[in-house]
Amino acid sequence: MVEWLRDNPTVLALVRVLVFVVPILLLVPGFIWWERRLLSWMQDRIGPNRTGTFTIRGRKIRTFGLLQPIADGVKLFLKEDVTPNTVDRVLYFLAPMVALFPAFALGGTLPFAPWLHESPGEAGMWAMWTPIANVDIGILYVMAISSLGVYGVVLAGYASNNKYSLLGGLRSSAQLISYELAMGVSLAAIVMASGSLKMTEMVRTQESALWGAFPWIQNWFLFTPFGLVAGLIFLICMVAETNRAPFDLPEAENEIIAGYHTEYSSMKFAVFFMGEYAAMFVFGGVFATVFLGGYNLLPVNWAACAESIPSMAGFFDFMGKLNYYGAPAWFLLKCFAGITFYIWLRATLPRLRYDQLMSLGWKTLLPLAVANFIVVAIWIMGNAAYPPFGGLVAAGAAAILVVLLYLNLMALQKKGTTSLEKRQVALVDPAPARRSVTMVEPGRRS
Amino acid sequence: MDTNLMVFGAMAGIACLAAIGVVAFNNPVRSALCLVVNFFVLAFIYFALNAQLLGITQILVYTGAIMVLFLFVIMLLNLGAPQALMEKRDSKPLLGVVVGAGLAGLIAFQVLYPMMATQAPPRAANDFGTPENIGRTLFTTYALPFELASVLLLVGIVGAILLAKRRIG
Repeated sequence: MVEWLRDNPTVLALVRVLVFVVPILLLVPGFIWWERRLLSWMQDRIGPNRTGTFTIRGRKIRTFGLLQPIADGVKLFLKEDVTPNTVDRVLYFLAPMVALFPAFALGGTLPFAPWLHESPGEAGMWAMWTPIANVDIGILYVMAISSLGVYGVVLAGYASNNKYSLLGGLRSSAQLISYELAMGVSLAAIVMASGSLKMTEMVRTQESALWGAFPWIQNWFLFTPFGLVAGLIFLICMVAETNRAPFDLPEAENEIIAGYHTEYSSMKFAVFFMGEYAAMFVFGGVFATVFLGGYNLLPVNWAACAESIPSMAGFFDFMGKLNYYGAPAWFLLKCFAGITFYIWLRATLPRLRYDQLMSLGWKTLLPLAVANFIVVAIWIMGNAAYPPFGGLVAAGAAAILVVLLYLNLMALQKKGTTSLEKRQVALVDPAPARRSVTMVEPGRRS
Repeated sequence: MDTNLMVFGAMAGIACLAAIGVVAFNNPVRSALCLVVNFFVLAFIYFALNAQLLGITQILVYTGAIMVLFLFVIMLLNLGAPQALMEKRDSKPLLGVVVGAGLAGLIAFQVLYPMMATQAPPRAANDFGTPENIGRTLFTTYALPFELASVLLLVGIVGAILLAKRRIG
């Protein structure tokens, strides 16, 4: 079977796609359950915990409401599919499909297991299955496909022939254009540091020694100063790209009903929903690959550890094997952590106002990402010119300079403009608590 | 017929149909979408030619950024009524046909002339389209044109800001 697949690369490619896409499709209901349960726990509610409780011979078998998303799915399938009369029919039907495509295509270059590795066991056991395409343009591909995500929303907004939907679509396109820039520049810094656009190479770079000094610990980009900045920017931008809270202005229900999917019902709405969750999952995977060491369980180089502590070599070897053979599970775990982070954000942060959204994207994230990019470039130059510490000194100086420049610019800007009105609540009585509490009993009148 | 030609034929056919759709549709949103499809399929043709970076740049810049802006503007203006968009009959279409035919002839000549030659045309190296090779070539052989292009882009950005900025007071 495996040999046959090797001889038929076309079939193998198809199998690779299925190996990536089918688990996502199967997991989406699980994400929805997890989101509802986690949200309800965070908000001190119970959440859906009843569906799927069976009684067999007087014994109750609880499944913690795990079947709730299945029931929801059945409901969505059987609901009446309302198509308003005045919609642009072709685009109206096309939009959900267009929305679903980038969410699944995004993972085309993500390696979920080691790709051609010198590691315990046979080299390249996973290489056949992942990534779907190990191309030279891995991270650019992710950028390109994520930028296509806007089409589904925009088309849905336009085709619905509804003012609120249109507003949602407009908001979405403006938001995506704004946050894509910062995302791209933050990723560019990482690309420069790792020296490759290939996702597999990026993960391998992260397996080198931490800061070039500690061979036992892996150099995950989130542990480096520039990687931390880039990671935070990417994290914010990826939430904005997937239209999730607190950046869910395209579907802000208290302003524009449900935004772009106001006119969608039944399965068409479910497709939008599915696309959103799949995109969240895959973006979590992208973050894990670029910043969190990809498919490695822990940021530890087990081989290096075994070399320096021979007495525990057996344990480290075992851990190395565990790390290698369980790679897809660790990757899945990280994607899952990404989804949990999304849900956590949704439970924590209120939605941004539109001007706040724009100023965060253009005035904070983009300059920060560009500054980070410049600092990384100077660090690489310095390292090349004066090997041991030249890069560090140069990058430090550059970082300080950039921060000073930014502060200076901000001060200049503040001088020229009047700031927007600030909202505050003025208490009628500034110190209500200090008053002695006087209680008037119901029966007595003074 | 070999597989390569079939794949190319399918993609080229879709691209041509989409290109016709751009001018044939009355609805500006549909025209824009046809252009999106055209750009997207064109990127696949680049991929098939081993020009990965060019293809992905095509998607990233044209499909992902420029066409989104196009759609944004079209939706913002809400150009719905096709009647308002009907062009008046004048000499412009005739001129367009002449120039278009000329361009098509030029391209056909460029494509067909080498094919009719007796010796095989030179083939590019297999990895000529990788980011590494393109980057190296851009920053060594073509450093000056590259920098000039970047200056041009910078001028464009500054110009856009100047035009878009509101005069206060």
